[in-house]
Amino acid sequence: MIALRTLCPLLVVAGLALIPAFTSANTTLNFLVFALIVALSAQGWNILAGYGGQFSFGHAAFFGLGAYGTALAQARFGINPWVAFAAGIGLAALAGTVIGYLSFRAGLRGSYFTLVTLAFAEVFRILFNAASFTGGAAGVLVKLDVRPENFQFASRSVFYWVVLGIVALVLLLTMRLERSRFGAWLIAIRENEAAAKALGVDVLMVKLQAIALSAAITGAAGGLYVQYFLYLDANIGFGPWISVETLMAAIIGGAGTALGPVLGALALHGLGQLTKGIAGGTPGIDLVLFGALLILAVAFMRDGIIGRLRRLLVWGRR
Amino acid sequence: MLEVRALTKRFGGLVAVNDVSLDVPAGSITGLIGPNGAGKTTLFTLISGFETPTTGTVRFEGADITTLPAFRRARLGIARTFQIVQPFAGLSVAENIAVGAHLRHRSRGEAIRAAEAVAERVGLTQSLETPAASLTIAGRKRLELARALATEPKLLLLDEVLAGLNPSEIRDMLPVMRAIAASGVTILMVEHVMQAVMSLCDYIHVLAQGKHIAEGKPEEIARNSSVVEAYLGRGAASRLTGGTLNG
Ligand SMILES: Nc1ncnc2c1ncn2[C@@H]1O[C@H](COP(=O)(O)OP(=O)(O)OP(=O)(O)O)[C@@H](O)[C@H]1O
Ligand SMILES: [Mg+2]
Repeated sequence: MIALRTLCPLLVVAGLALIPAFTSANTTLNFLVFALIVALSAQGWNILAGYGGQFSFGHAAFFGLGAYGTALAQARFGINPWVAFAAGIGLAALAGTVIGYLSFRAGLRGSYFTLVTLAFAEVFRILFNAASFTGGAAGVLVKLDVRPENFQFASRSVFYWVVLGIVALVLLLTMRLERSRFGAWLIAIRENEAAAKALGVDVLMVKLQAIALSAAITGAAGGLYVQYFLYLDANIGFGPWISVETLMAAIIGGAGTALGPVLGALALHGLGQLTKGIAGGTPGIDLVLFGALLILAVAFMRDGIIGRLRRLLVWGRR
Repeated sequence: MLEVRALTKRFGGLVAVNDVSLDVPAGSITGLIGPNGAGKTTLFTLISGFETPTTGTVRFEGADITTLPAFRRARLGIARTFQIVQPFAGLSVAENIAVGAHLRHRSRGEAIRAAEAVAERVGLTQSLETPAASLTIAGRKRLELARALATEPKLLLLDEVLAGLNPSEIRDMLPVMRAIAASGVTILMVEHVMQAVMSLCDYIHVLAQGKHIAEGKPEEIARNSSVVEAYLGRGAASRLTGGTLNG
């Protein structure tokens, strides 16, 4: 089982890395880049909600800040895109810490915390949609200037590998977290906050570190999004769509497991692609599908795809 | 080691703990008894930092800890168990105990090893890989004890760790508790199982309706008429001629 734990992620990442060797079709790569960006966003959510049990419905706030931070630092201040990307991540982490401090300090838990995160994301969406500095409703464009030092690549494959590299890095980080003291404390808080406190866990501090890390990762997903599509507005950056996809991917794949969000995002977008093929352009069909999937996942796959696979493996060994 | 002075806790109009003072000397097993609703658990929440008192002070090893948050008190060496057990239900027994062990051990390997050693002391070695959610009541009580012990406390607050156990399970637990005390951990225990209190404790304090009504050695408490009345009602002591208490 221990060997499987490290082997599975390795195989998934290696398999994904090889795809561009077989196809260079733009639609395939676009699909994969987008799915991996959602995967990264879900990996961020997974730290706070999957391991820490703090269920956010507003990770769009961090996705959007990461994206806007990356875009505006370039467009308004002429900062190098790689540095801008780091700044976007930092901005998201900062916002995570502040939102976390305000809500955890006030003792908000469960659905109250969920609602507050939703509210923050919506406030950001409205503000960024109105302010002229952020480009208002027209949004911001990142100037097309294809050079690696500009975080823009002539080949889609290269960008895909960069995204995959970051996803793999976070995967590694998550697996290390699972075996660290911080991870043990975070899971303890999810399981029983009072008991954790009694055992000397600084609950507020651990939650703050978790939300900062979580926001940074989801912020990175936002930064990658804008760097790939070179356009951003408030409904993309802070829209409920990304909060929903983020938590759906993690839950369907398996919240609280390292590989879950990645598998979930790929499954979700694979299916999304399929229904698009079948149902064509019927508006809202993807949302109907997502809703149905979520119900099915919650009803029949308590620990997501990963949980299913684990049980199958154990069953197969008997 | 622990000095409680004039501690009072009000919940709205209810005075759950009323002007209670008591000392727990280092190295002792001190008992805290009293009828249901006497305020024993509330006193524990004040000592462990889960609630702050309305008035009064708590001192630990000479330092005033009255307003210190619970996790800091745990780090100072005060561990508590919960009367209503609070396991990390989704984790195994070993992982549960390891959370406590992590307080003094950063690395996971060391924490797991320390957890296994603690499991040995409380008799949970057989169930290390069992999910905490599937333990029996006796197992859960042992787990509460093990987790608290894993934080390597100086003072252990035990809130009815014997409640819900059958007589033979209680008989198994007594030597475990004696061994913990012998290893140098000071114990303050709330317990309704009188034969356990009488055989384990060096000294006993009695609460009733929030007030500290008596203290003394076990045999003195058993003879104390106000204690008997607190449990059995006014006049009970005179009806029982020399009878001993039976929880
Ligand atoms: N958080 C609270 N809010 C309001 N009242 C409370 C609270 N905690 C305890 N009480 C009340 O304080 C009183 C003392 O309760 P406590 O749990 O301390 O008693 P106890 O001595 O531990 O009883 P038992 O032997 O049944 O465990 C009870 O009347 C209880 O209802
Ligand atoms: Mg009680």
